[in-house]
Amino acid sequence: MIAPDSKPSRIDWITLVLYYFLVIVGLLCVYASVYKETSPNIWDTTENYGKQLIWIGISSFVGLMILLIDEKFFYAFAYPIFGISILLLIAVLVAGTTVKGSSSWIEIGSFRMQPAEFAKFGTALALARFLSGYNVNYEKDRKIQLFSAGIILLPMIIILLQNETGSTLVFTSFIFVLYREGLPGWILFAGFMLIVISVLALMVPPLYIISGMVVMAILFLFFVRRTKQLILITTGIIILASLMVSSIDYVFENVMQAHQRTRINVLLGKEVDIKGAGYNVQQSKIAIGSGGFWGKGFLQGTQNKFRFVPEQSTDFIFCTIGEEFGFFGSIIFVILYIYLLYRLLMMAERQRQKFNRIYGYSVVSILFFHFVINVGMTLGIMPVIGIPLPFISYGGSALLSFTILLFIFIRLDANRVNELRNFS
Amino acid sequence: MNSSIKQKTLLIIFISVALVYIVRLFYLQVVDSSYVFYAQNNVLQEQTIYPARGLIYDRNGELLVYNDAIYDLSVIPDQVKNLDTLEFCKVLNISKEEFIATFARLKRQKGYSKWKPIVFQRQITIPTYAAFQEKLFDFQGFFVEVRTDRKYKHNNAAHVMGYIGEVTENDIEKSDGYYRMGDFIGISGVERIYEKDLGGVKGTRYVLVDSKNRTQGRYKNGEFDTAATAGKDIHLSIDQELQALGEALLQNKTGSVVAIEPRTGEVLALVSSPSYDPNLMVGRERGNRYMELLNDPSKPLFNRPISAPYPPGSIFKVIVSLMGQQEKVLNQNTTYGCNHGYLFVGCHPHSSPLALRGAIAVSCNAYFCQVYRSIINNPKYKHVEDAYTEFYKHAYSFGMGHALGIDLFGEGQGVLKKATYFDKIYGRYRWQALTTISMGIGQGELGITPLQMANATAAIANRGYFYTPHIVKKINHRANPNPKFTTKNWTTIDTSYFPVVIDGMQDVIENGTARIAKIPGIEICGKTGTAQNPHGKDHSIFFAFAPKHNPRIAIAVVVENSGFGATWAAPIASLMMEQYLTGKHDTRKALLERMLNGNLTHRNDSARFKTQ
Repeated sequence: MIAPDSKPSRIDWITLVLYYFLVIVGLLCVYASVYKETSPNIWDTTENYGKQLIWIGISSFVGLMILLIDEKFFYAFAYPIFGISILLLIAVLVAGTTVKGSSSWIEIGSFRMQPAEFAKFGTALALARFLSGYNVNYEKDRKIQLFSAGIILLPMIIILLQNETGSTLVFTSFIFVLYREGLPGWILFAGFMLIVISVLALMVPPLYIISGMVVMAILFLFFVRRTKQLILITTGIIILASLMVSSIDYVFENVMQAHQRTRINVLLGKEVDIKGAGYNVQQSKIAIGSGGFWGKGFLQGTQNKFRFVPEQSTDFIFCTIGEEFGFFGSIIFVILYIYLLYRLLMMAERQRQKFNRIYGYSVVSILFFHFVINVGMTLGIMPVIGIPLPFISYGGSALLSFTILLFIFIRLDANRVNELRNFS
Repeated sequence: MNSSIKQKTLLIIFISVALVYIVRLFYLQVVDSSYVFYAQNNVLQEQTIYPARGLIYDRNGELLVYNDAIYDLSVIPDQVKNLDTLEFCKVLNISKEEFIATFARLKRQKGYSKWKPIVFQRQITIPTYAAFQEKLFDFQGFFVEVRTDRKYKHNNAAHVMGYIGEVTENDIEKSDGYYRMGDFIGISGVERIYEKDLGGVKGTRYVLVDSKNRTQGRYKNGEFDTAATAGKDIHLSIDQELQALGEALLQNKTGSVVAIEPRTGEVLALVSSPSYDPNLMVGRERGNRYMELLNDPSKPLFNRPISAPYPPGSIFKVIVSLMGQQEKVLNQNTTYGCNHGYLFVGCHPHSSPLALRGAIAVSCNAYFCQVYRSIINNPKYKHVEDAYTEFYKHAYSFGMGHALGIDLFGEGQGVLKKATYFDKIYGRYRWQALTTISMGIGQGELGITPLQMANATAAIANRGYFYTPHIVKKINHRANPNPKFTTKNWTTIDTSYFPVVIDGMQDVIENGTARIAKIPGIEICGKTGTAQNPHGKDHSIFFAFAPKHNPRIAIAVVVENSGFGATWAAPIASLMMEQYLTGKHDTRKALLERMLNGNLTHRNDSARFKTQ
């Protein structure tokens, strides 16, 4: 199955360098967050950083394997891989281990993994395979649209049943992929507006929002050329939005769980709970804020070292960067991360094969979602959703799954030159 | 829609997010500086290092007061998290109700702050301390502070040493924040007056703590730490053996003994009876015991020798003798007859007439009424008021009518009235010697504390001057630096007038009223007093110094409501002088036994007329 003419020169080296840069930054942050003067040995495998180092090794090996596999393998085995990941998700539901309230772990000996991580690239592969199929027109075919939605919703529902809200939400990032493949822009916009209105509905009494929307609709109709159809559509939207606004309070109070309500309330500033749900965010802000412009220096951060920031090596790992490397280091980090995403976007767009492009967009979307939520959460401008910062956060199965996710795309991208040669 | 536009849309979203996050980072890290402060608050903990309190020794280097480690359980309420209350109560052996009540009490305390350490339970036992130390990590916010409390090697001199206790709100305010709630401070006695020396200076240590309040290391390698300075050791001028004997002799009696070294003004013994065991005033029960002692009708907390004024009775005749000579209305050859008294003042039978020396020896009332009359009605002065003012000045110069300035808290002034006082009562120019004649024999408008009596004796022993009596001989192994204690205070009496009076005082012992106080081989000079008082039977009073030449001890003894000066006060003074001068007090076994066993606590007969 090893492709005879896949040479390293065709691999996108910039992406690979960025990957290793982030992974090493991650390792240093994990080291810094558990660093003690008494055990300064980074090779100590009983500590988190030692384990992370081993996982970097495993991930590198798996990554190398992926780069050596024939790229057709991923197209051919897209559905089986998806199928296996769905089966694993179901298995977890039945025989999973509960960690921190979510029963999403499979435990084999001392080895623990979260199948939801692997479901991400499984779903990406399946979606890419499905949409790149012969005669498939996402833009026009309603059946195709529904079926793709089904591919995304299936793992989401199972993961939601595992009480793993964060991972569930990650799958909403596929909306960017669908947008690229023909989903109308207004749906993306409507989705965005939906979030804005939902947030507003929780902060302002519904009547104000509805009145505001009606006023805006009347102004809108006043300035544009009124047609009967436009008036009907506008009225319909307003009625639907009003219904939604009125029902949000109900959903919030009766469907959501208490800790989710608290988190949202804290984020919206309606509840000050410095010791409870707000504690994490407050401590996270303190750690980042105390870093100042230049930071306290590597291993000098007191807030992380002395465990004021909860989950400082996993979900709140960005605090270590903020505290020890300051504003200066944080900017560099954010820019490099966004540059990686930009790079992947460019790579996805240059693909000749639809399968490769759709898979590439999936990778970008998933990483972007993680980045936005994770960093935004530590900065106190996103709700506390427990998802890792890819390549940085401590955690073996997360690092491995993100590595697989990325390296499959690097492998697919490496082949585009071959395609050209074959087709020309 | 064009695919490249879609790509650009996504790109714009990425860059917008990056920009929003960078702005947010700029705000948190560069604009808002409060997070630096919060971060410091998180990790910096200020720990107090308590200095060892200075030790207290007697004049011969015998250890009297030392320190004992105690363990206080403190809490920073803000840091209490996820406390297993049940387990906590079990370790401390308290009920849940007590736990809740304690917290409620702490919150009510003035100056309570949930960020400041506050003592949760004082002086936990060592087993509790050990059990607690093991589980400290489970009880976030709680910690044990090691401090020292006092221990007393002997149960003597409680009133001298005083005691320490927790600071009051007032102390904290006055100290400008040096003391914090739960700190110990000297409350009475030497502990109070010499608080600055004994207390030392607290040190501060800044440590880094983690989120579970576990110490993680020094802050900046201890750059901002200050070391504690141990308290200074103090040597009292008290002679422990003399003090112990004095207390034993006064047991089951109410009264005082003050012994002074005339040469220096150092107080050798200061006995107040009834007293209490100073070891009662330490530990957790201090407050309760204090209340018990306070409510005790025998007033064990009352420091009689320095604050209780007594009518001096006949011992004042010695002072009157000196005044008369100084005012030139009396000389050693002046004789007065005595026919069982003078006007309404009676006298006991003795040979008559007598000269000054003899009059002192037998304590003739008539004689000293005559002397007093001649002082007050002295024609040298235009008005009685002026003559009385001279009398006042003389008495004042012996230390009467004002606080001497001993280094103890609560010294009384005694009673010595100015001329204006009598003007107010009788009207200007409408009183004269006979109006106040009883003052000539130490009764009437006179009140003298035992300390003032002993001080006057010391002044006589020194033939005209005294040093301010003081309790602390050495601080930090160097002489008490207070210049007040090394300055001679001259009385208004010329040195030349003392010998005849001192001879008279020697006769008191040799063949006068206090023959019982005689010690073979030692020349003692003294004077008995039997003071009438409104509280019952006469007070037995005696003051003396010895030896006659180069006196080493001046002593005053008051035994309340016990009768003649020679009955109780003189023998007690004699035994104590013997102890101090010879190191022995058991050569007169019968006398010693009688004094030790004398129980006067139930005798409080009504006042009888007396003549001595």
